[in-house]
Amino acid sequence: MNIIENIRNALGAIGSNKMRSMLTMLGIIIGVASVVLMVAIGQGAQRGVTQRIQSLGTNLLTISPGGSNQGNVRFGGGGGGGGATLKSTDATAIEQQVTGLSGVEPEMRSNEQIIAGSQNTNASVIGTVPDYVTVRNSPLQIGRFINQQDIASMDRVAVLGSQVVTTLFPSDPAPIGQSIRIGSNLFTVIGVMQSKGGTGFQNQDNVVLIPLSTMQQHVTGQSTLSSISVSVANAADMSTAQATITAVLMNAHRITDVTKEDFTVLNQADAVQTLDQVTGIFTLLLGGIAAISLFVGGIGVMNIMLVSVTERTREIGIRKAIGAKKRDILLQFLVESTALSILGGAIGILISFIGSFILGRYSIDATISIPSVILAFLFSVGVGIFFGMLPAWKAAKLRPIEALRYE
Amino acid sequence: MIHLRDITKAYPLGTNKLVVLKGVSLHIQPGEFVSIMGPSGSGKSTLMNIIGLLDTPTSGSYLLESKEVATLDENEQAEVRSRRIGFVFQAFNLLPRMDALRQVMQPMLYQGVHRLEAEQRAREALHTVGLGERMSHNPNELSGGQQQRVAIARALAMNPAIILADEPTGALDSKTGEEVMNIFNELNRDGKTIVMVTHEPSVAEHAQRTIHIQDGLIFRNETNEHH
Repeated sequence: MNIIENIRNALGAIGSNKMRSMLTMLGIIIGVASVVLMVAIGQGAQRGVTQRIQSLGTNLLTISPGGSNQGNVRFGGGGGGGGATLKSTDATAIEQQVTGLSGVEPEMRSNEQIIAGSQNTNASVIGTVPDYVTVRNSPLQIGRFINQQDIASMDRVAVLGSQVVTTLFPSDPAPIGQSIRIGSNLFTVIGVMQSKGGTGFQNQDNVVLIPLSTMQQHVTGQSTLSSISVSVANAADMSTAQATITAVLMNAHRITDVTKEDFTVLNQADAVQTLDQVTGIFTLLLGGIAAISLFVGGIGVMNIMLVSVTERTREIGIRKAIGAKKRDILLQFLVESTALSILGGAIGILISFIGSFILGRYSIDATISIPSVILAFLFSVGVGIFFGMLPAWKAAKLRPIEALRYE
Repeated sequence: MIHLRDITKAYPLGTNKLVVLKGVSLHIQPGEFVSIMGPSGSGKSTLMNIIGLLDTPTSGSYLLESKEVATLDENEQAEVRSRRIGFVFQAFNLLPRMDALRQVMQPMLYQGVHRLEAEQRAREALHTVGLGERMSHNPNELSGGQQQRVAIARALAMNPAIILADEPTGALDSKTGEEVMNIFNELNRDGKTIVMVTHEPSVAEHAQRTIHIQDGLIFRNETNEHH
């Protein structure tokens, strides 16, 4: 008998027992839907993290004090802790000796209490330079940014992050000309930064930006830096720039042994890659758990098919008596379990699309990727064939005489 | 057409053997209508299963149309069975949830007969048994007699060498049983070879010859007078 007749038979059998077919498929439906949806959520999270890191600035190299061999590896320009080995002269050296850079931004960070009138808040005060805007990919909303003039004359001017504005000036979104107090110093607000919307490991909106020279002279009283951020003009030159900067700084610090470096040059791309790996494992984990449920669904199919073989022993006997060969019976049951899995897989995919749509309305990024759909579908077909094998074989090897006698 | 020589059949029963057939020899000519009679446990059903290639003999020779079939393997048996033998069972043995037309087509589809031809032949066979009007009915919508006629049509459509009927009237009342037997007589008149197992003398009388079997042996072979 040809395969088309077999498929016709199988679909007839599935259709004639809808309730049971539905229950059989349920495992596959849930399995496929959860695999596709979990992978979509995982990949959505991955995209989110990558985007957030890229919003910190692309082509970014961050130099922080403390050698990577001294147990002080950190992302970004976290302040203090790694010793005070970076100086403004290092930034100047990089600016003068390294080519292919689009910006060099030395900065000094410190957490301070900020007071404006009767309001006060804690924020990250950053002493920085005009390059901050380009290097940190952080545009200005209103007013003006710190310029060379401010730095040269150590002006007490400040540019506020959007969250600081909301906290300190709840009724005035553009507090240009207002005064804020950091420690014993009064600063005049000259601008407000655009919101970066970051809620990650560093809130980039809860900052107050002041000239680097003012910071070193009046706020911390130290001439050291907490980090130097460098943006490279061309992404392809990242590793060259990293090597050159390392060489320049080693020379400036009179270090000859690489293992004794007292600074760390961190590549933004490396950070993205590391976090990508982390979220990749997260996706794999979710997908893996879902795959187990798909596997369990397959066992469900096998279970029902085995019951069905016992239940239909007599039918198998009749079919054999009227000329069905082993192959025909084998194929009939195999096609039936595969058809069940395919149908279940298709319904599961449909449900995962609905789920993705619903999650999307709650602004959770769960865009379904086509490869995961194809993979889950093929996997469910495989499950159908694999778990259909045993029942089909059991049915095929029944002796017609015994099968006919079965009541 | 059918030549059985010294057929024995034994089943293992614990450490012993249960010998059901003790050496049966039998010749059936083409176009004959033979009935096999015997009390239950006499071995008539086993003999029937061996003739129908549903079971293999322990020893002996079985020539079907001059070809040795006693030693075939399961798939070869299935092949010969489906091409040369049509079955009619006491319990009808129709496939569940399948209309009459499809029932009759099924054996032909297993044989790789094209769907359209199978349908054509199935319609003819159903007309022959007088079920031309009920082709789209499922077994549970048909009476016992009608179900048995579907089974006969199913056997017939394959154009088999022999039709094997195992107690074909066993599940029917006497009036419907008579109708079914008339169909067998008609088929026989058209040249079909029919072998039928029964334990009712009135049914056995429809055949030209009755073989009586008891304790695994043929003990009487009589020709029915009225033929």
